[in-house]
This record gives sequence, C-alpha cells and structure tokens, in this order.
Amino acid sequence: MIYATTPSQTVGPYFAIGLPWPEGPHAIAPEHPDAIRITGTAYDGAGDPIADTLLEIWGADPDGRYADLWEHGGPATPGFRGFARFGEEGGDGRFELITLKPGPVRVSEGIVLAPHLDVTLFARGMLRHVVTRIYFGDEAQANAADPILARVPAERRETLIAQPTENGYRFDIHVQGPAETVFFAV
Amino acid sequence: MSEPSTEKAHAVYKPVTDTPDCYLRPGEDEQTPLDYPPYKSSRLRHPKQPLVFMPQTITEITGPQLGRERVLGELDNDLTRQHPGEPIGQRITLTGRVLDTEGKPLRGTLVEIWQANAAGRYRHRWDRWPAPLDPNFTGAGRAITDDDGRYSFTTIKPGPYPWGNHYNAWRPAHIHFSLLGRAFVQRLVTQMYFPDDPLFPYDPVFNSVRDERARQRMVSRFAMSASEPDWALAFEWDIYLRGPGATPFEEAL
Ligand SMILES: [Fe+2]
Repeated sequence: MIYATTPSQTVGPYFAIGLPWPEGPHAIAPEHPDAIRITGTAYDGAGDPIADTLLEIWGADPDGRYADLWEHGGPATPGFRGFARFGEEGGDGRFELITLKPGPVRVSEGIVLAPHLDVTLFARGMLRHVVTRIYFGDEAQANAADPILARVPAERRETLIAQPTENGYRFDIHVQGPAETVFFAV
Repeated sequence: MSEPSTEKAHAVYKPVTDTPDCYLRPGEDEQTPLDYPPYKSSRLRHPKQPLVFMPQTITEITGPQLGRERVLGELDNDLTRQHPGEPIGQRITLTGRVLDTEGKPLRGTLVEIWQANAAGRYRHRWDRWPAPLDPNFTGAGRAITDDDGRYSFTTIKPGPYPWGNHYNAWRPAHIHFSLLGRAFVQRLVTQMYFPDDPLFPYDPVFNSVRDERARQRMVSRFAMSASEPDWALAFEWDIYLRGPGATPFEEAL
C-alpha cells in the first residue's frame, strides 16, 4: 500500500437527487420469466422503518456467472446487470429489487458458495455503508455447506436468510436491536 | 420461482490476470466509525454487534460495470448546462483521478455526484430551509474516468447549509461523491470539501474521521494553474479506493 484510502462520509438525506434511476432497481428486466422480487424493510434501533435507505445488491446469475468487466465464470445471462440499486424515499421504508436468483458458485475443488447476493446499505445516520448477504430459505442444503455462513454464530444465521414469497423472497434488515442483522467486515 | 439449485453444474472460477484476487482491508480504526455520538442520527442507525469477518470471495472482488447505462449524454458532467439558463453561483471546474492504494488508475469507472445550489439548498422535497431554489440548477452529475483514471465536472460552488443536528449547526460546503470502482469491496460514498472552510471545526460529519491527515484526504485543492481566465476557478481532488492486499479467500478459510 502506497496511498491511504479516501474516507467514507454519510450518503445523507438527499441522495435521491443523484443516485436512483428508473431501471436501477432491476438487475434484470421485470418481464424476464425467471425474474424474482426481493422485498423488505430496513429498521433502525427503535424498530422504526428507515425511510431514506439506499440499498444495492450484487451477485451472480443462475449459472454462477458475474456481469463484471472480466465476465468471471463466463458471459452472464444477456440483459443481466448483476447489480440493482433501490433508493427512493417511499416514506414507509419498503424496498423492492428485481433480479435473477443466483446459482451456487464453486470457487475451488471442494468449496461451493451457496446462492447469495451481496448487499450494501447506506442511509442518513450511517457514516459509512454496511455490508450483509442475502441467502435463500429454500436452499437449506447449500446453506449448510456455505463457508461464509459457517463463520456466523449459529443463532444469528437466520438474519441472513430471505424467505420465499409468491413471487420472490422477503428480506428485512435490522440495523440495530434484538433481531440485529449480521453485518460483515470484508 | 426456481428450484433449489444445489445439484446444478458449476463453472469453476478461473482468476483473470489483471484483477486482484484480494483487496486491502482497512482496520476498524482506519475507517469512518459507524457509532459516532456527536452525529445524532447515527445513534439508532449503527450495528451494536461486532462485524463478522468475511474472507473475500469472487462476489466481493467482482463488481458492476454501470458506466454506459448511467452516462447518457455529453452534458452529464456539466451541471451548469442542464437547463435553459445558467445557474447562479461561482462557476468551477472539478477534476481529479480515481486511483487505488497502489496508485493504479481506475479506468472507465463511474463517478456520480450530487450537491446543493449556490445558496445551500438541495432540489429535494425534504429540504425546506428558507434559501432559494435555482430554476437552472438540479445538482446531479455523472462522469466516466478516462485512461488515466481522470474525471471532470463543471458546476457551481455549493453553499453551506443548516441542519438539525444541534443548535446553529451548519454543514461546510461539500459535494457528495459515489464511486463503484471495479470490485464490490471498492464501493465508496463520501463528500468532497473545499479548502479552508471556516465550518470544519464545528461539523460532526467531517470530524467523524478522527485522523487529521485522513480528513485532509476529503478536502479538494484550489488549482490556480487549471483555472480558466474569464471563465472558471479550478479545484482538484484525487480519490483513493482500496487496492490489492489482504489474504486470498482460500487461505483465509
Ligand atoms: Fe449534503
């Protein structure tokens, strides 16, 4: 390391001027036959919904391929951005993102990551963002073998598991409090 | 709804040569704190449990490429030409490079900014303090870095503005910056300040960064040499994102 990083500062209350855009919440076109909806609410330490959250997800496509510059794993599903951003002040704190359900990713012989999405959460009151992961409630077998979930105290793993709904999954985030979501240092 | 996918075939991840397989991990005390009582709204919005150490996997060392989708026109980086008339205020140019901690430029990466107008008012329904809106100023811009990692914006210098954190609280003038970098772990949202702002000593957001040298990395420099006669004053600001480092995933398990 030669240079030190530029410090983080809060996204503040007015990010909606610059960051959200109409297609932002859609990592894949909503009409795609395999599109799933991830809905949820972020709550503060008083149990109140955080109305001004900026939430981003990043993950692989159903075949474990990434839509990054280098197309890790091979070219991803056409039209799949891999990334979605939700950030409007809905007033009730509810977010909705549309994506493809990620597949498992084998990172080396014997190590398979369970289907997951990385999540970045920003808000007024947070001087830097926090990172969590969405795992899927209908992937119990894969989850049980996931090397990252294995590092999470068993009694807190449930906070990372999105539960199936009729058109996707529900994932609530508790920034603080008795049901506090697990956040990661990456 | 898709079926559980445990049985599907997987692609074996093959590292690509010009991307790091792991990134620097600043320690907790080298980062802006999540719990900082002088900033009142952090009280209920910071985790109290310790963060769980996550070895960086393929998901963290890859990241979205948003550039072409977000930068649509030539004027996206000129905030003074988004309306029929020119905004009121001091016209400035703002340029700099996006680099990693090894000094390597990040090419083709998205830089998004948003800011208040010259009177310190945001074009946002929750900003209601009695300063005027400017019909010729929205306050949002986007740029893609060039081959040297350089971005550039033309805008007006934003004004300081009051906020409700404590009695007579004012934010120093600043421009909000959002960077994606190339990897999930390089994500950065921050604020760029102007040199010698008299409000620095009183602002808990600026001072949440406890190290003086680290605070100075958020302050732009005035550049007489880059200022344009009869046109615009120039400010320069380089941004450093996390570079290669840490421990590869498999060694960390
Ligand atoms: Fe601001």
